[in-house]
Amino acid sequence: MINKSKFKEPIQLLGKEERRTGFKEVEFTLTDENAVKESLRCLNCKSSPCAKGCPVGIDIPKFIKCVSQGLISEAYDVICKSNFLPSICGRVCSQEKQCEARCVKGKIGDPVAIGRLEKYVADKMIYCFQKREVKTLKESKKIAVIGSGPSGLTCAGELGHKGYKVDVFEALHTPGGVLAYGIPAFRLPRSVLESEIKGLKEIGVRIFTNMVIGKTLSIDDLFNKGYNAVYIATGAGLPKFMELPGEGLAGVCSANEFLTRINLMKAYDPKFDTPIKFPKKVVVVGGGNVAIDAARSAVRLGAEKVSVIYRRGESDMPARKEEIFHAREEGVEFVFFKTPIEFFGENGILKGVKCACMKQEGKDNLGRSIVIPISEEKIYLEADMAIISVGNKVNRLLCESETDLSFDKNNRIIADKITTRTSRKYVYAGGDAVTGAATVILAMEAGKRAANQIDKDLSSNA
Amino acid sequence: MFKIVEKEALNLNVSRMKLYAPYIAAKSLPGQFVILRVDKNGERIPLTVFDYDKTNGTIDIIYQKVGMTTLKLDKKNKGDVIEDVVGPLGKPTNIKGFKKVMIISGGVGSAIACPVAKAFKESGADVEFISGFRNKDLIILQDKMKKITSKCIIVTDDGSNGKKGLVTNILSDKLKKNSSYDLIFAVGPIPMMNAVCNITKNYNIKAVVSMTSIMIDGTGMCGGCRLSVGGKVKFACIDGPDFDGHTVDFEEAAVRNTAFKDEEKLSKEKYCNLFKGV
Repeated sequence: MINKSKFKEPIQLLGKEERRTGFKEVEFTLTDENAVKESLRCLNCKSSPCAKGCPVGIDIPKFIKCVSQGLISEAYDVICKSNFLPSICGRVCSQEKQCEARCVKGKIGDPVAIGRLEKYVADKMIYCFQKREVKTLKESKKIAVIGSGPSGLTCAGELGHKGYKVDVFEALHTPGGVLAYGIPAFRLPRSVLESEIKGLKEIGVRIFTNMVIGKTLSIDDLFNKGYNAVYIATGAGLPKFMELPGEGLAGVCSANEFLTRINLMKAYDPKFDTPIKFPKKVVVVGGGNVAIDAARSAVRLGAEKVSVIYRRGESDMPARKEEIFHAREEGVEFVFFKTPIEFFGENGILKGVKCACMKQEGKDNLGRSIVIPISEEKIYLEADMAIISVGNKVNRLLCESETDLSFDKNNRIIADKITTRTSRKYVYAGGDAVTGAATVILAMEAGKRAANQIDKDLSSNA
Repeated sequence: MFKIVEKEALNLNVSRMKLYAPYIAAKSLPGQFVILRVDKNGERIPLTVFDYDKTNGTIDIIYQKVGMTTLKLDKKNKGDVIEDVVGPLGKPTNIKGFKKVMIISGGVGSAIACPVAKAFKESGADVEFISGFRNKDLIILQDKMKKITSKCIIVTDDGSNGKKGLVTNILSDKLKKNSSYDLIFAVGPIPMMNAVCNITKNYNIKAVVSMTSIMIDGTGMCGGCRLSVGGKVKFACIDGPDFDGHTVDFEEAAVRNTAFKDEEKLSKEKYCNLFKGV
């Protein structure tokens, strides 16, 4: 019954015209028929190389086998043993660098579409979240989770299922962290995020918005309020700037600002009050997923020309291949081996970006190209908006207010990688706040690890 | 949801609201601000915490009806609720270690200047206050300022309150006579703060300014509020709002603050038209 096709089963995509005018999800969920066909491409390798490529070690061959037999609920349980939010990971993980990179099928054609299958299973099950068993409450032990991004939600969910009373504290007015303000709806529809959060609430997790821990409440306050443990998952949300001449011009913004106006504030919709510029010519600086998200969002605002400029080559881009492909389809232009050196303006308003041309000079120890500027050679790009997307750092807000905790010089919380314990007893930390900007799946993994450790530490001390 | 427990018009354009926000009240210090969203479709705007009452769990905000959001806010009355209020944000003003302080405020900036002046006074500093308004109808908080310090001068651009002048002229005159101030704290329109700092530079007096920038989250995430301070990128929301006035690039800050002026004008017009004939 094995499907010997070298290629992934076809997937339906949103029409190009519709993409230019709205934020609907671009890639559809596999149909039942195609999901089964795709699952039958899996060779069920005994050594499961794909699972070894998964940061949280999902038993991929097992869940795919379930799909091939039409056992969706069982497939969901297999995934959820390792990953709390498959509807999100199926959409945002870089499968081609992780599980799918190791798939044996990939050697002579396309790897099995593991990400699409994960999304398929999750979407089929999304409203059956409460099916997971909730244990009886453990002597009403209370846990505070700081931050409602992927790491915080995972930790809250895991602890909620273990029977703890969990309260999540979110600084913004909407939960989700980067899933709410950063990742656009055309990659992660808000209904998916909302239903995952609804599921958490159904098991008793409470979410308090407008709470900036370190400002509104301190960690001391949380313990004084009777919380037995605190998990910090505040992420890495501070946008980096390049400190270049003209970067302060009106029209130059961080990808965080641009995406927050769109995703969190819905500024493109006339029913919402937040202002946004509808740019004509956009330059996005960077090569990660956030840069691609910003570029594709600019297309949707009606920009005539959107260029992503990246200092290395295409093969070095950290962004998901699929998103780069979609971006090209939507008319985004890629300019490689260029880096901005100055932003030009008139009366304080951006008019263009001057870039240096780069050339490759070998590889660094991570296998990425080392690039150096070619002297004298410059190019000039006209732009009324420049979006800086060169990464995020960890916010100094918590570091400055929680002096009892240990931080490194980059404001990252010092926490044990295995136990997630920090320098303060019963305070745990994980995700980007500890590692610096990384991936959604690694943040989730840390959240799960923290939940298990908190359960262990509080149980042994019962 | 945050309940409005009091509302008072301070002049035709400026009002004060007392909100029930016990967590914010408990932590607020002079110089800090909140971010507020009037309703579910609203934008997030920063507003100074003018006063706080830790016992009753309230904070006072002062707003000027300049754009759609503040007009929308002004439609709310005592007993109504505001969708979101978050804070206290920003670093409190550094009060400690100053003996002789001059506070300078312009227009609605007086809402920030008042609690700061009061805090300096309570810390034992000798506090003087110069406050400027365009005309007498726009004067706010006059009694409060005079209560904080008897050395309080209120001037108007047109002299309609009987005392014509600009805060910078008063400052210059004072410094000519005696320049033994530890600190000049200025808050108001950017050109005013810039002019104040140009004066204090000549006398080598420390000048601190409170910067109001365009913000979304107010916690360091969007970078919209960034300023050039001493050639470095600083965020008004988490590094400020107070900065060394002698190192702030005011020219850049002024342009950045008008980045959305066309959009703001349009949405204000649209909003005002909604209420025409109502």
